[in-house]
Amino acid sequence: MSVVFRGGNIVTNEGVVHADLVVQGGQISEIGSGLAAKEVVDISGLTVFPGFVDLHAHLREPGREDTETIETGSRAGAKGGYTAVIAMPNTNPAQDNVPTIEFVRLQGQRAGLLEVIPSGCITMGREGKALAPMAELAKVGVKLFTDDGSGVQDPLLMRRAMEYSKELNVVLGQHCEVSSLTQGAVMHECGCSSDLGVPGWPSIAEELMVHRDIELARLTGARIHFLHLSTAGSVKLVRQAKLDGLPVTAEVTPHHLSLTAELLRGFDATFKVNPPLRTISDIDALKAGVLDGTIDAIATDHAPHARRDKELPLDQAPPGMLGLETALGVTCAALDLDPLAIAQVMSVAPARIAGIADRQGNLPRVGVAANLCFVDLNATWMINPETMASKSTNTPFVGRQLRGKVVHTMFNGDLVVRDGEALK
Amino acid sequence: MKHIRSISEIGKAGVLAIVERAKQMSEINSRPVPKVPALRGKTVVSLFLEDSTRTRLSFETAAKRLSAETMNFSVSTSSVNKGESLRDTIETISDMGVDAFVVRHKSSGIPWQIEQWTDASIINAGDGAHQHPTQALVDCFTVSEAFGVDSFEGLTISIVGDIRHSRVARSNVEAFAMLGAKVIIVAPSTLLPPDVGHWPVTISNDIDDVIGTTDILYMLRLQSERMDQGLIPNLSEYGNRFGLSEKRVSQLPLNARIMHPGPMNRGVEMQVDPSHLSQSLIHRQVANGVSVRMAVLFTALTLNDDRDHAIQGLTKEAAQ
Repeated sequence: MSVVFRGGNIVTNEGVVHADLVVQGGQISEIGSGLAAKEVVDISGLTVFPGFVDLHAHLREPGREDTETIETGSRAGAKGGYTAVIAMPNTNPAQDNVPTIEFVRLQGQRAGLLEVIPSGCITMGREGKALAPMAELAKVGVKLFTDDGSGVQDPLLMRRAMEYSKELNVVLGQHCEVSSLTQGAVMHECGCSSDLGVPGWPSIAEELMVHRDIELARLTGARIHFLHLSTAGSVKLVRQAKLDGLPVTAEVTPHHLSLTAELLRGFDATFKVNPPLRTISDIDALKAGVLDGTIDAIATDHAPHARRDKELPLDQAPPGMLGLETALGVTCAALDLDPLAIAQVMSVAPARIAGIADRQGNLPRVGVAANLCFVDLNATWMINPETMASKSTNTPFVGRQLRGKVVHTMFNGDLVVRDGEALK
Repeated sequence: MKHIRSISEIGKAGVLAIVERAKQMSEINSRPVPKVPALRGKTVVSLFLEDSTRTRLSFETAAKRLSAETMNFSVSTSSVNKGESLRDTIETISDMGVDAFVVRHKSSGIPWQIEQWTDASIINAGDGAHQHPTQALVDCFTVSEAFGVDSFEGLTISIVGDIRHSRVARSNVEAFAMLGAKVIIVAPSTLLPPDVGHWPVTISNDIDDVIGTTDILYMLRLQSERMDQGLIPNLSEYGNRFGLSEKRVSQLPLNARIMHPGPMNRGVEMQVDPSHLSQSLIHRQVANGVSVRMAVLFTALTLNDDRDHAIQGLTKEAAQ
């Protein structure tokens, strides 16, 4: 079975080329003009990207299958152009043991819509007390370890985790939040939180841990990846760390590039997220960080929640928002990126950080695995929560104009999304 | 005005109108039979999901004096304790046919969240540390009565205490400033909310700096848990720095007045017995509570087009 995608703009190492692309046997077999194959898909007007790679998604299985399953989350990802998703470990049970890791990976294979890559916990039960068996988990293929949802508070334990991770050649992903500074926090600490009478997450709660871990990376030489950075101060710290030649990488979410704390004034928990939506000047700094390479990757922090949980009082509602189906549209609406830059932050860099560049995040060329997405970069559109693939509806982007829409997604040579609809 | 939820939503004209209406209600309350049929046929539900005595009683009395039916929802015996969601509670009560919810909740924002689940009016009786608009209206009425003025231009009002956690402070800052007062908030930095440069106030960390020029000293309750949270070293240090002592009372200007929304912490922010102070307006605040809440219920539950008709009801003695 071979298929030719005819007349698209292909993002390659040599720039964007107008050409046909043939996929056969799960690989790209030809790129050129006037190509033929058994099946023909006209992609004129579309741009061909390597399938996107999300460093940060909560797929909720096992534990909260009422809000998302690996299958529904995979479908949401495929519709968003993703061919690989790193599954965060705050499941129940947590991903701190081999059976749970294998289960998550297997459920991903059963869904067959994209590659589900389980991350592992840094500490047992994400409790920040004792190291998880990182070597055992690394042996079954875990490359990224994180306690996401909380940061590793104890500097000694974090130092040990970094020393240990280095010899295993894995990367630690830190959720930067000094928790004693964020007790009961509901939103960014600012004039708005004071007006509403709610405790805030101050920027410094994030920045202190970013700073601490940069210094621990300097001490240990271990790789550290900063999850969902949200403040101007964090961008500044990471920029300097990179200038110092330290092995640090960072991600930002589409919502932190586009939404501010003021949205909480209506007390709608859809806008409650951790780290919180911050200010325009933070957004400007984060955008500058993406443009100058301080921030390596866009990651969704896709966090499905049941409607009844988001209807709790604002101080009790869980933080988090959907992201997989809107990531490209929100990012392109917020930031003017050329196709190569989009490929870099959505696919190439995250695949490299996650240690999966052997099969994901490669710009199209003959011989690489056919993990691709086909995007109409000029399309403007709006999200309808009722037609989303996710099992939950907590998207903050209702009513906002998005730019750039995923039309088709191909995973390992199979079209899994065609004309915006999932095929399975 | 369908909902009474925050001072900014009510606006200056609304505040003045409610204060004016409260004067009428006050007259009704002075009658031998303080009851009028203005809200006959209306049903008011008290939904107090946080402990309260005076505000709840004040609202229930107000509703009864206007001849509204009242339903009392108490947390301890309610389905909320059986795990029912707030949405289900609101929708269930709404289905019974109610005209207004009077809501008290420990979380900020509840009066806005529940709006989507009911068609009834929502009266905010205190949400978290956010707003307590009827207390602010009571206080505006009380100041207006004591000083014989509608505009607060030229008055300096110092609000002293735990501003950070106080819904009364947030509502009163807005309301007092709206009516023209100069407002000073006085507290240790740890009890001030962060980043409030946009509030219409002057900030002080020293009560003794402001006491000599204050027309109204508004004391807030200091809860002992603030000590456990490390916001103040101990209650006696707080009392010494910010409490109202005999000495401080003597430093107030001649015509100055003292207010407190209650309940008081004697020996902490109130080191004097206010019942011995001629300057105290604290009893007036409680007494005016009923009149102002009658005005609030009347404003929320009578639409503009039938208000004239309802106002006629105010002028009649209860038909019985």
